[in-house]
Amino acid sequence: MSLVLKNVVKRVGSETHIYDTSVELKDEGFNILLGTTLSGKTSLIQLMAGLERPTSGEIWFQGKNVTGVPVQKRNVSMVHQQFINYPNFSVFENIASPLRVVRLSRAQIDERVGRVAEMLKLTPMLGRNPNELSGGQQQRTALARALVKDSDLILLDEPLANLDYKLREELRDELPKLFADRGCMVVYATSEPAEALSLGGHTAALHGGQITQYGETAAVYRQPSSLRAAKVFSDPPINSAQVTKKEGRIYLNDQISWAVTPSQEHIADGNYNMAVRAHHITPLPPGGASVQISGRVLVTELSGSESVAHFNLDDQTWISQSHGVHANEVGAVTTFHIDVDRCLFFDLDDKRIAA
Amino acid sequence: MAMKSTNQKAWFFVLPVVVLVAFNALIPLMTVVNYSVQETFGNNVFFFEGVKWFEDVLHSERFHASLLRQLSFTGIILVIEIPLGVAIALTMPQKGFWVSVCLVLMALPLLIPWNVVGAMWNIFALPDIGLLGRMINGIGIDYNFTQDPTAAWFTTILMDVWHWTSLVVLLAYAGLRSIPEAYYQAAKIDGAGSWAVFRHIQLPKMKRVLTIAILLRFMDSFMIYTEPFVLTGGGPGNATTFLSIDLVKIALGQFDLGPAAAMSLIYFLIVLLLCWVFYTLMMKDEDQ
Repeated sequence: MSLVLKNVVKRVGSETHIYDTSVELKDEGFNILLGTTLSGKTSLIQLMAGLERPTSGEIWFQGKNVTGVPVQKRNVSMVHQQFINYPNFSVFENIASPLRVVRLSRAQIDERVGRVAEMLKLTPMLGRNPNELSGGQQQRTALARALVKDSDLILLDEPLANLDYKLREELRDELPKLFADRGCMVVYATSEPAEALSLGGHTAALHGGQITQYGETAAVYRQPSSLRAAKVFSDPPINSAQVTKKEGRIYLNDQISWAVTPSQEHIADGNYNMAVRAHHITPLPPGGASVQISGRVLVTELSGSESVAHFNLDDQTWISQSHGVHANEVGAVTTFHIDVDRCLFFDLDDKRIAA
Repeated sequence: MAMKSTNQKAWFFVLPVVVLVAFNALIPLMTVVNYSVQETFGNNVFFFEGVKWFEDVLHSERFHASLLRQLSFTGIILVIEIPLGVAIALTMPQKGFWVSVCLVLMALPLLIPWNVVGAMWNIFALPDIGLLGRMINGIGIDYNFTQDPTAAWFTTILMDVWHWTSLVVLLAYAGLRSIPEAYYQAAKIDGAGSWAVFRHIQLPKMKRVLTIAILLRFMDSFMIYTEPFVLTGGGPGNATTFLSIDLVKIALGQFDLGPAAAMSLIYFLIVLLLCWVFYTLMMKDEDQ
């Protein structure tokens, strides 16, 4: 099973929503579309569903060209960001609605709705109306509607975005179990790197209507192919700066430089963009090679066992994220340590050189 | 101390509303109540009559006849205007240049003063010189709304539909526009047809605005006066004498202040009661 986009372009009026995109989505586990708002996640989902037709290019599903096939004939399910349920149907009728359209027998409908409701913990609510339920239960109903039919492709468009923090975590943990051994493809759009990491599978990083990288989620996270992909997949935002490599050393500015580590030896002399994630800049030196940088702390956030500090260096804001509670007094000049082994290097055409 | 001064201030904020409601509703209403229990003679001589006028009005065949006419009229226009309004709203464009054109065209009838609407339709429907009247007679139907009760009713209803369907259209259109695109996508994915989309998405989502539309149209049409007064004057005979026209005839034509006041109050209570019944029935599902 596979979903292949071949040179897909989507234009609406004079605006381009999706630039020339080619990708072959894997059929095991989740396929995550990771990108910020307006990066094209929803447009791609709608193209994949068949709700929209690409302006040019082709979409192949299970070896067949489905570009012009309307959504009704594609056997897909979809869960939207908003909680979409039929307002005058009970939860039971809502979940049963896709089965009624294909005219299953009463007994079959009862059996399948019962099973899905059990899975999503909706059994006690089956007789109620969706608008009497909490947001989490409404979204569970929508998920149940997507799961009840044997779709070949299930599309989830930021399904957890409108839920509060607790419900989001709860449902996020359940999702992989719900879709395990269903034998269908799952495409999941989200703007949150943490969500992508916890769901695993494969990730496509989206930026400005283009897939900048596609691969295993962990690989895309560790070895972003471009600074843009790295930025999409970082929360808090990744730190980046222009550096110069010269005679075996990397210079951040005139004062701060370090000797290249083994993984950076092959980099040719010249100017590069360097990126380093916030948790690789810490108040305490890391185990391996590191370099000190100092800056005036602008903002500091303590959340439970984590400390985040924004500090200023060369008119640029850097972010440090570390375990434990660190005072990081605002206004004070504080020293941080960059784990130089974890720095990512991109050439000026935004291609990764070294990680 | 601080608590007390806060309370005093709160009264000042409520005061304008209290004064407004008092002058707008309570004081006129009490005057009517005052008239409704007294017999009025010349020179401001009054006699207390108790509930006699109320009994008279409730037993009067004339009142029954106008109430029946009123209920029929309101029933007919609701049955026509609500579905027609929804149907027009469904066919209106969702975006682009034509949206504003349609909205302005729709709003036009609502901007015309009511007596002008009556006068317009009066001339429009005249059998000898009116465009509508001449046309209907021209296709061989004998039509004269000043002489034939059926023609008078037909013209009055047509006028009301022309004047007020727009209101239903505008409300229904607003309701339709507020439905997120995702609902239509979900229905499309389920393979639902356009009737199912209307029945299970659009109609339930429009329920609240349609409730408002029905209530507004009910109240306005139940109290209709100006347009039929200008168009038919309640005639021919009493064929289009609705409650308010009858009321004015009793109060100002015959100067029977007591019965007219009693009738006003009964009229008012009927409107109130029916609105409450409508509202409760239509909102029943919401509270379940």
